[in-house]
Amino acid sequence: MFAYYLELALRSLKRNRALTALMVLAIALGIGASMTTLTVLHVLSGDPLPGSSGTLYYPQIDPRDNSGQLPGAEPPEQVTLIDGLNLLHAGRADRQALMTGGSVPIQPDSVVVDPFYVESRYTTADFFPMFGTRFSYGRGWNAADDEAKAREVVINGELNQRLFGGADSVGRNLRIADASFRIVGVLDDWAPNPHFYDLNTGSYGRAEQVFVPLQTALDLKMEHNGSNDCWGRGAGGVGRIYPSESCVWLQFWAQLDSPAKAADYKQFLVHYSQEQKALGRFAKAPNVRLRNMMQWLAHERVVPDDVRLQTGLAFGFLLVCLVNTVGLMLAKFMRRAGDLGVRRALGASKRALFGQLLIESGVVGVVGGAGGLLLAGLGLWVVRQRPSSYAALAHLDATMLLTTFVLALGSTLLAGMLPAWRACQVPPALQLKSN
Amino acid sequence: MELRPILSTLRRHKTTAWLLILEIALTCAIVCNAVFMINHRLQHMEMPTGIDEHALVQIQLAEVTPSPDIYARAREDLAVIRQVPGVLDVALVNQLPLGGSSSNASIKLDPEQRQPTLSAGTYFGGNLAQTMGLRLLAGRHLQPDEVLDADVVLKALATGDTKVIAPVTVITQAMAQRLWPGADALGKTIYVGPVGVRVVGVVADLARANAYDDATAHYSMILPMFMGAGKDQSYLIRTRPQDRQAVLKAAVAALKKADPRRVVTEQRTYDEVRDKFFENDRSMAGILVGAIAALLIVTALGIVGLASFWVAQRRRTIGVRRALGATRRNILNYFQTENLLLATIGIVLGMVLAYAINLFLMLHYELPRLPAIYFPVGAIALWLIGQLAVLGPALRAAAVPPVVATRSV
Repeated sequence: MFAYYLELALRSLKRNRALTALMVLAIALGIGASMTTLTVLHVLSGDPLPGSSGTLYYPQIDPRDNSGQLPGAEPPEQVTLIDGLNLLHAGRADRQALMTGGSVPIQPDSVVVDPFYVESRYTTADFFPMFGTRFSYGRGWNAADDEAKAREVVINGELNQRLFGGADSVGRNLRIADASFRIVGVLDDWAPNPHFYDLNTGSYGRAEQVFVPLQTALDLKMEHNGSNDCWGRGAGGVGRIYPSESCVWLQFWAQLDSPAKAADYKQFLVHYSQEQKALGRFAKAPNVRLRNMMQWLAHERVVPDDVRLQTGLAFGFLLVCLVNTVGLMLAKFMRRAGDLGVRRALGASKRALFGQLLIESGVVGVVGGAGGLLLAGLGLWVVRQRPSSYAALAHLDATMLLTTFVLALGSTLLAGMLPAWRACQVPPALQLKSN
Repeated sequence: MELRPILSTLRRHKTTAWLLILEIALTCAIVCNAVFMINHRLQHMEMPTGIDEHALVQIQLAEVTPSPDIYARAREDLAVIRQVPGVLDVALVNQLPLGGSSSNASIKLDPEQRQPTLSAGTYFGGNLAQTMGLRLLAGRHLQPDEVLDADVVLKALATGDTKVIAPVTVITQAMAQRLWPGADALGKTIYVGPVGVRVVGVVADLARANAYDDATAHYSMILPMFMGAGKDQSYLIRTRPQDRQAVLKAAVAALKKADPRRVVTEQRTYDEVRDKFFENDRSMAGILVGAIAALLIVTALGIVGLASFWVAQRRRTIGVRRALGATRRNILNYFQTENLLLATIGIVLGMVLAYAINLFLMLHYELPRLPAIYFPVGAIALWLIGQLAVLGPALRAAAVPPVVATRSV
């Protein structure tokens, strides 16, 4: 029966080629636009570290004086150097790392290659195991190296390719900002998106090429990049002069393996704030936050508003296209009321007619959906050509491919349902009489 | 034109008619908001900066080996650039209007205030105002002897011994109006952190580096601090517009010659700075234009398709009407009026929807209220589209000969 209905449907669709083309094109455009924007939204709001993001937390404490803010205001988005080191040395989390961003000149040995600047991250040792960085060669450094201000460096795959042609460079020396470093590890193409651990240096498409122990970087006065927020007598740093004590400019991340540990850690932050207030360093009552990674990304509204707007716009467009198709399909089915009446009179059940018409709308849906998929591919290619920072990330993955397929078929079947149902309501006798 | 026959026909095609109305309403609502958003973006992109945009070029350098004295280094560089033919003026700047990366400070009128009055962009530099070509409205520019090296200022701030620094500033007209509406700003004091700073000059305009919000985009101040050479500082050169490329090239070459161990991280005209800042707005406006076109085309084609069906379905009725004496014009008018009626209902619903969408956008995306002028714009666009789309099928209907009435199917 299905084959017969399919043939009927194709025959009917062929009869009004222009109209069929219009319906298919409208669906394809609608699906293509919504899938393009939905894929971009999906990529940008994705989990940068699936599996471990739930146990990573971004503690916030409030060391500011009372002058600047109203009670109940959010604590600063970063930590001061003193607080960062205190939290690090307290070691209350399963793992913890204190870090900030910068940029450093790389001075290759060869005289042919000019020195060049790359983005760098100054961090303590737990960064690597906590964030699950993947190494091609070697590994990270350890906490003792941090304290010893070791001249050790981890580089990423891109820099390793540029400097050493991708060979195992562990143990070799690299000159950075006029100091000699020993390479201890080479990352593969690890670059989480969003760049969750420091959103101030860009949210998407950022990957540091050089990782230096924090204490080493501070000791060598390597240049700092990112946001400084100061109060009181604090002043943001200039070049190699670092921000003063009453400035927040570092990020502190903690790994807490269970909700109970997270609750304990929050208590610890409150105690720490009280202790610092007793010491006279903090002025305010404890004002702490402990968000996990995805909560932090949501709080920071990391997905650009324009991307959300575009998605809304595309779905509005899809809705118009669907309404358009429903209207056309209905008009078409009603025009065939005569045929349908004859079939009904010859004994076809309403159910059978409904099935037949639904197959016809399903064919439009499948073809439109396939066209939509092609258009989405094209749309994403266009997005990738654009200059935005997230351009390179816009690719369809398996989830989105499946979503497209379900969306296309589902929405057109749903759209076909109404006209098919209306057309089935035709009383057989009336239609036979009318002409 | 008699409306009754049209209404009674439509009553027999209720579902189809409502679908068309729904389509027109949705299109109208989205188009109204999209046109508004395009206009909003275009206005934002026209933001004035107050500087002489077409006469400026920027060079940014990063040193591989830190200079022992960054201030001497910067002074040497400025002297080198001044020697380049075609250079009219040059300044060391910490940020550029619409440059993106910004330096800002919280401003208070009273140091005991809990909440700062506003946040302003902080420009540091000596003859920055002259190089940028800022228009002085009142008072004076900063004097060369007031400008101090950054570490002197930072040290004074850290120790609290602020007597050594010259606490004067030049602010923008917008900032002056916001702080002291209607009053003269000259001689008044603002507080940057704990330090009181006296206003000695007011310039017409100087946009911020992070001018994302139109309301606060023109709150800027110039402080007499010399930052010294550093990778975040730029040399801003003033030249004649036609000399920009040549001067840029010659200045980079001269700087490279003065010290080859430096990396040029930026060399561009100010026009490029501006283009880059509004890149996303431009592409968003483009996307919106595309969306409007696609929506109107789909809706128009939908109207054509539906009208064609109705014409085909009513051929016999049309023939009967023609046989009974209706003119071609009557038939044409019939379909045109039918479309006008459906479009009008759609537009009215669309307006309500447009308003609702705007409310949602105001709540979530900080968009202003949709001005009333956009409603007639959307209405006229859809009436026109509807009439144009229905014309073809209506003409075909008008061409139906009366003889059709006499034929049975």
